[in-house]
Amino acid sequence: MTEELNPKFSFETLVVGAANRLAVTAARTVAESPGTAYNPLFVYSPTGLGKTHLLMAVGQLAKELVPQVRVEYLTIDEFVEAYNAAVAAGQSEALRSRYAQVEVLLVDDVQFLTHRREMQAELLRITQELQSAGKQIVLTSDSPPSEIEDLDERLLSRFDAGLLVDIAPPDAETRLAILLRRAEERGAVFGDGVLQAVAEFEVPNVRELLGLLNKLVAYQAVSESPITPDGAAELLAGEVRTEVPMTTGPAPALMDPGEREAAPPEARPDEFADFLSDVAHTVEEQVDVWRSKLGKAIMRWEAEGYRTARLEQLLDQDMPIAVERVLRQYERDIERLRSTQATMTKLDAERAEDPIFYDPDCLEEVDQLVQTALQEVGPPPGPSAAWALSSFVGGESNKVAHSAAQAVVAQPGTRYNPLVFAGPTGVGKTHLLHAIGHELAGGPDAVVACLSAQQLIDELVEAIDGERVDAWRTRYRRATAFLLDDAHLLVGKERTQEELFHLFNELFESQRQLVFTMAGVPHEVEGLDDRLISRLEGGLVVNVASPDRELRRAIVVGKLEQDFGAADEELADYLAARPADSIRGVLGLLQRVAVAAEAQGVLPNAALAREMVEGAAPPRPRVSTGVRTSGIMISPSGGVRSREKMVWFWPDPAQRVIEEMT
Amino acid sequence: MSLVNFTTREITCKIVYYGPGRSGKTTNLQYVYGRVPDDRRGRMVSLATQTDRTLFFDFLPLELGSISGFTTRFQLYTVPGQVYYNATRKLVLQGADGVVFVADSQARQLEENVESLQNLQENLLAQGAEVRAMPLVFQYNKQDLPQDLVLSTQELDDALNFWGVPSFPAAALSGTGVFETLKAASELVLRKLSQEEPA
Repeated sequence: MTEELNPKFSFETLVVGAANRLAVTAARTVAESPGTAYNPLFVYSPTGLGKTHLLMAVGQLAKELVPQVRVEYLTIDEFVEAYNAAVAAGQSEALRSRYAQVEVLLVDDVQFLTHRREMQAELLRITQELQSAGKQIVLTSDSPPSEIEDLDERLLSRFDAGLLVDIAPPDAETRLAILLRRAEERGAVFGDGVLQAVAEFEVPNVRELLGLLNKLVAYQAVSESPITPDGAAELLAGEVRTEVPMTTGPAPALMDPGEREAAPPEARPDEFADFLSDVAHTVEEQVDVWRSKLGKAIMRWEAEGYRTARLEQLLDQDMPIAVERVLRQYERDIERLRSTQATMTKLDAERAEDPIFYDPDCLEEVDQLVQTALQEVGPPPGPSAAWALSSFVGGESNKVAHSAAQAVVAQPGTRYNPLVFAGPTGVGKTHLLHAIGHELAGGPDAVVACLSAQQLIDELVEAIDGERVDAWRTRYRRATAFLLDDAHLLVGKERTQEELFHLFNELFESQRQLVFTMAGVPHEVEGLDDRLISRLEGGLVVNVASPDRELRRAIVVGKLEQDFGAADEELADYLAARPADSIRGVLGLLQRVAVAAEAQGVLPNAALAREMVEGAAPPRPRVSTGVRTSGIMISPSGGVRSREKMVWFWPDPAQRVIEEMT
Repeated sequence: MSLVNFTTREITCKIVYYGPGRSGKTTNLQYVYGRVPDDRRGRMVSLATQTDRTLFFDFLPLELGSISGFTTRFQLYTVPGQVYYNATRKLVLQGADGVVFVADSQARQLEENVESLQNLQENLLAQGAEVRAMPLVFQYNKQDLPQDLVLSTQELDDALNFWGVPSFPAAALSGTGVFETLKAASELVLRKLSQEEPA
């Protein structure tokens, strides 16, 4: 047993081509994470194709990554020798315990175990022990385990349970790459095309290829003129031992009839052997094709950090499997994991790193985890049921807004997106916003977020404070419609504007409906981010004007009918004639009349209204309320309380009064 | 039939040599038989008439040994070419994994070739198989006859090989093209291994 690894034999000095890529990748994987990926890893190939190089490279890399790791490289001959010596000295137990300490065991030339039953049993014991302790074993041989004569069935099945990979003779490109690298290492310089000419020789292994290079170097050293490609080909032609070509090629030349009788059957002595080799080649390819596909898939997904137990179990089977189908399903599961993990990352980045998100056999648990996290986050605030589209009173001044709202309800996300209602306070913007939200919330799987900008700001501040911004975002990004009241309140709130900008983009791109209300058209709102302005104006911006007399009357009639069953026409006419710049103002006045009427035990009427309005005290000086909000509240009795100012014009302009309603 | 048995790790391929009477099917098998080492070949069973025409069928089992852990066996059959032995042909064709159609290259035999090919199609269809799905190769035998008597490979391809499957010129008596044909048929049959989902 030796611990010495030839430093020349590293992954860096290994030329990788199609013929050995799988083996090299597998070897690198086990070196990087010994005992976890493929255990044992069994590499087989004819001689001279880099098995020992690969084996030592595994040891080098494992040591490089974890210097204290115990790596042992041994050939079967050394193993036999050490074992015999230990038995002779009565120290076989000591030898075993020594092997048990090894963390990466590299065994070369396993084919020499043929007919050595005791050694096979010993290796089996060591393999079992190391494997159960999670230690890595890498083995090489010149043939697959199944073809090693007289190999113990238990060893065979153990090798089969790991990953079996072969190394084929290098293709022309790989041969050229090897030649170029070795020539460079040796400082040998050749003319154009010389190494290409050498690479054309189909040598069966790398050693012989390097032999050709040696000869070329030696020849050039003594040659006066630089060697040419043709010269190289000629020089090496006699040296090359190429493999027997396979079957394909031109049809055999046919003999003349005259030759037929004379041709002895021995003229084609190898026909059957040739046939047999062909069949063997095809069978090997076909029988092991699923195992190879599976091995490649395992390597790929393991490299990406996914658990491949499901695929590895299949590798243990003797029976081939419908590999394509299995892999397709596995990939679908990974896709699902990825998408679920992406959702989880938004909800809780830390929990999204749970190993369970890398295990396609835990899909249900993963879904459950995300569902729980979603429940913890809760749905976004929804629209109020108090404002229905059917109770919205339409008139000339809000005709466009009303019809746009209906269009959005009919074709959310596509007809007008975003839809922006701009106008003074109290003209019904909030009503329309909630009404749209209410309608959209009735759709299948609808998640309608409907809230005021102030609420959005407050929530964001709270989320930042609680370091739950991702979850906060997810809450809104799930929304199928996003409706924001009083968007002008975002002025000066840069972070919220930033968040809204991203949220807007995401929802808009997936054609989810966005509706906003604002005190004015977006570009007139000073302090609003230009990116937001351009996006808002990219949709439909509808001005909602103060209600005209006709609309005011309709509102009063509607309210009276709703509250008292019938409308007093005179009262309706009187109130509609009062100037008001908002629906809320009209309703506020009506509310006052109703309260007074109730106090007097009569129904609201025009005389009472006239008395209240015309006998009202002179207004107090106007008090600025700073930022104006819709601020509307629904009282338990169903009436509307407002803290809005009301303005109306008396019939006599000289008696104009501004009254602050409270 | 099960071409490959993964439980017992056995591969058994049944290849049937089909074609008109006297096209050289038995000669193909005899040549193969002559090239196989004694320990690899079973007894060639040939039921022939007194005039050496195949009466029932020829059967040549080949033991190819263990390949990738699979005990691999080839069974080569011929069918009687004469038209009136169709029942036997159907029987032999049953469970075939691949077919070698041995055509007689002589120009005057073209019609017999066509008839036999149609018969192959019919018999396969009767078994619920399709020529397109069956590994098939053509062998244009007797190419060693004088050129003015035989059709060229190209002409025979045009006349018979509608599916563009591999075809080989051959002179079965001397062995030319015999193993090439067998190899191509074997490869086609074995390539189907990975396409077929195991039971």
